[in-house]
Amino acid sequence: MTATLSKVDRGRAQEARPRPPRRYRLSNLDTKVSPYLFVAPFFVLFATIGLFPLLYTAYVSLFDWEVGADEPLFIGLENYRTLFEDDQFWNALFNTFSIFVLSSGPQIVVAVLLAALLNANLRARTGWRMGVLLPYVASLVALTIIFGNLFGPQYGLVNDVLGLIGIDPIDWQASTFGSHVAIASMVNWRWTGYNALIVLAAMQAIPRDVYEAALVDGASALRRFFSITLPLLKPTLIFVIVTSTIGGLQIFTEPKLFEPSGGSGGGTEHQYQTVVLYLYQSAFQGLDLGYASAIAWVLFLVVIAVAGLNFFLTRRAVK
Amino acid sequence: MRHRWISVLICAATTAAVTTACGSGGASQSADGKTELTIATFNEFGYEELFKEYEAAHPDVKITQRKTGQGQPHHQNLFTKLGAGSGLADIEGVEEGYLSQFMSKAGQFNDLKEIGPKIEDDRWLAWKTQAITTKDGKLMGYGTDIGPLAMCYRKDLFEKAGLPSDPEGVKALFTTWDAYFAAGDQFIAKVPGVAWFDSAAQVYNAMHNQLETGYYDKSDKLVIDSNTAIKANWNTVTAAVAKGQSARLGAFSNEWNTGFKLGKFATKTCPSWMLGVVESQAGPENKGLWAVTDAFPNGGGNWGGSYLTVPKQSKNAKKAAELAAWLTAPEQQIKAFKAKGTFPSQVKALDAPELLEQTNAYFGDVKAGTLFATQAKKIKAAQYKGPADGQIQETVVSPALQSVEQGKSPDEAWKAAVEGAQKAAK
Repeated sequence: MTATLSKVDRGRAQEARPRPPRRYRLSNLDTKVSPYLFVAPFFVLFATIGLFPLLYTAYVSLFDWEVGADEPLFIGLENYRTLFEDDQFWNALFNTFSIFVLSSGPQIVVAVLLAALLNANLRARTGWRMGVLLPYVASLVALTIIFGNLFGPQYGLVNDVLGLIGIDPIDWQASTFGSHVAIASMVNWRWTGYNALIVLAAMQAIPRDVYEAALVDGASALRRFFSITLPLLKPTLIFVIVTSTIGGLQIFTEPKLFEPSGGSGGGTEHQYQTVVLYLYQSAFQGLDLGYASAIAWVLFLVVIAVAGLNFFLTRRAVK
Repeated sequence: MRHRWISVLICAATTAAVTTACGSGGASQSADGKTELTIATFNEFGYEELFKEYEAAHPDVKITQRKTGQGQPHHQNLFTKLGAGSGLADIEGVEEGYLSQFMSKAGQFNDLKEIGPKIEDDRWLAWKTQAITTKDGKLMGYGTDIGPLAMCYRKDLFEKAGLPSDPEGVKALFTTWDAYFAAGDQFIAKVPGVAWFDSAAQVYNAMHNQLETGYYDKSDKLVIDSNTAIKANWNTVTAAVAKGQSARLGAFSNEWNTGFKLGKFATKTCPSWMLGVVESQAGPENKGLWAVTDAFPNGGGNWGGSYLTVPKQSKNAKKAAELAAWLTAPEQQIKAFKAKGTFPSQVKALDAPELLEQTNAYFGDVKAGTLFATQAKKIKAAQYKGPADGQIQETVVSPALQSVEQGKSPDEAWKAAVEGAQKAAK
């Protein structure tokens, strides 16, 4: 049947048919339109606060757009060219990855082990499970300020403790690696328990009879963990790794508040300035919105690339 | 029942209308025919009682204050709304640290000489007005308060080092920067474990602001690497750091606060408002140990203080300028000083008995008002600030000095500072 034919047919049929009662027409409209209305809030919200800013940022990134300047100047891809030649940007990208690896790596390993522990027969199980979530409930800002104090270069508790066991104090602000460790420890403190609970939920969904069969076959606890638990956790691990990639590469609050003077430089020589912190500095200190938008877009693409890469790696590694 | 719903609706509609009016900044006429003036301030300007007084004298004016706790978000908001083209208050407070950024956007503010009431030129200290006058002579703001610099020092630590510690005798140590750093050498040799000053940036910034030409020359050309005076200051300060005169505590950090409590440094560059900071950080256990004297190396200096400005966005610019002019008159600023301790920038207010008789118990009942009034009059001229001046000071030079304190070589740090300044100035 062709489109034209059916169209004509329908038109004629409608003309010929007596007008349905008003009530019926309304309910017809209801079945056709209201589903769209029901799902509309998400799409309208997403379009206004998700999609529009995303595209508008791309538009702004093509201009020399300074806050308060009279007329933004169209410069094409110039911002991106400057960005790829900008040492500070590459330094920020390195810092972001370094902090990401130092946090997400140990975090996921510990989260899986923690989940395995919580999955065992413990006394006061719920109490333990609630306990690991406590750091997540605490305010991020309060947490960061307290960690900033603990990692104080001159009067911090961490250096005092290191001194007790004979290690020279580390300048957590001046040293690149030291500052990354300090910031990664804040991230780990906050997120390990949260990820452990997600992994725990997945562990409990693994059918008991698989384990029982393995037990009958004489598999050791270690063997059962590596041959049953881990492979069956794969979808959850992929989820955890991808979300922590997205979160880790966008890290901002911790390095921002770790700076004792409250600036956005991320240390005296940008030792721990992350990409988002550099973005913030360009936008709200340098007031260069075009450049900041270019940083935002490059970061967006980097996050997608890395999350995709991790997705494939995880899928292949855990068979 | 039905009537109640209608009235609720009307209420909601009016509220919405009023808030949009407020949001668009230049709220002109409120429902009762009064002119509504909004004024955006940060920290404490001490104006709350003055608004009531002004409203009583001008029944046709209603004042709404938008108060932000801290300066940083206030100015971020100011510059963002300037970019957006709407949303600013009729009167906006601007702090001295943001002056260079503000002056580069002066075109979006009213020339108060043009729209404001006639004010005698000598109401303010000359350097205060000079700093907010454009090259072609436009007055972009009325001065409110200032932060004249004096020297704070720990009496007990000075005694320990065998240095004079009474406010008169100590002045010899603070005549020039050379004398200051020489005394520092003497001090650290005698009192181990205690530094001479808190951080290099704090001393360097005061030295820098005394220079005739700063990071920019008057044609807005960046001269950081050609102005030899800047490099000379840099060398002096980093040499003192190398000798151990710096406590290496970044200002306003938690460790800096701890340094105050533990008495880890013996002197502090002290604008008038710093006395309160010292008192709250050093705490009651150190009461009477800190002193302040009306001397400052190479004359005087200023750190802090604000202006009232009227953006061109304002729909009631003339009336706003009138209010701002009234608020910044000596009589009113003295009242603000009494309310919140903001140190006035008006010449006549500096001779007011209320100010001259003010004492500070924490600093051994010193006559702080007289002391800082003397210091304010020592300041000669305002240094010309180029477009990115504030940013260079805050985000380039200060961190570079701190990196020297963290162990970087002064030459490398200087190179980084020059490069950073060139990038910021672009």
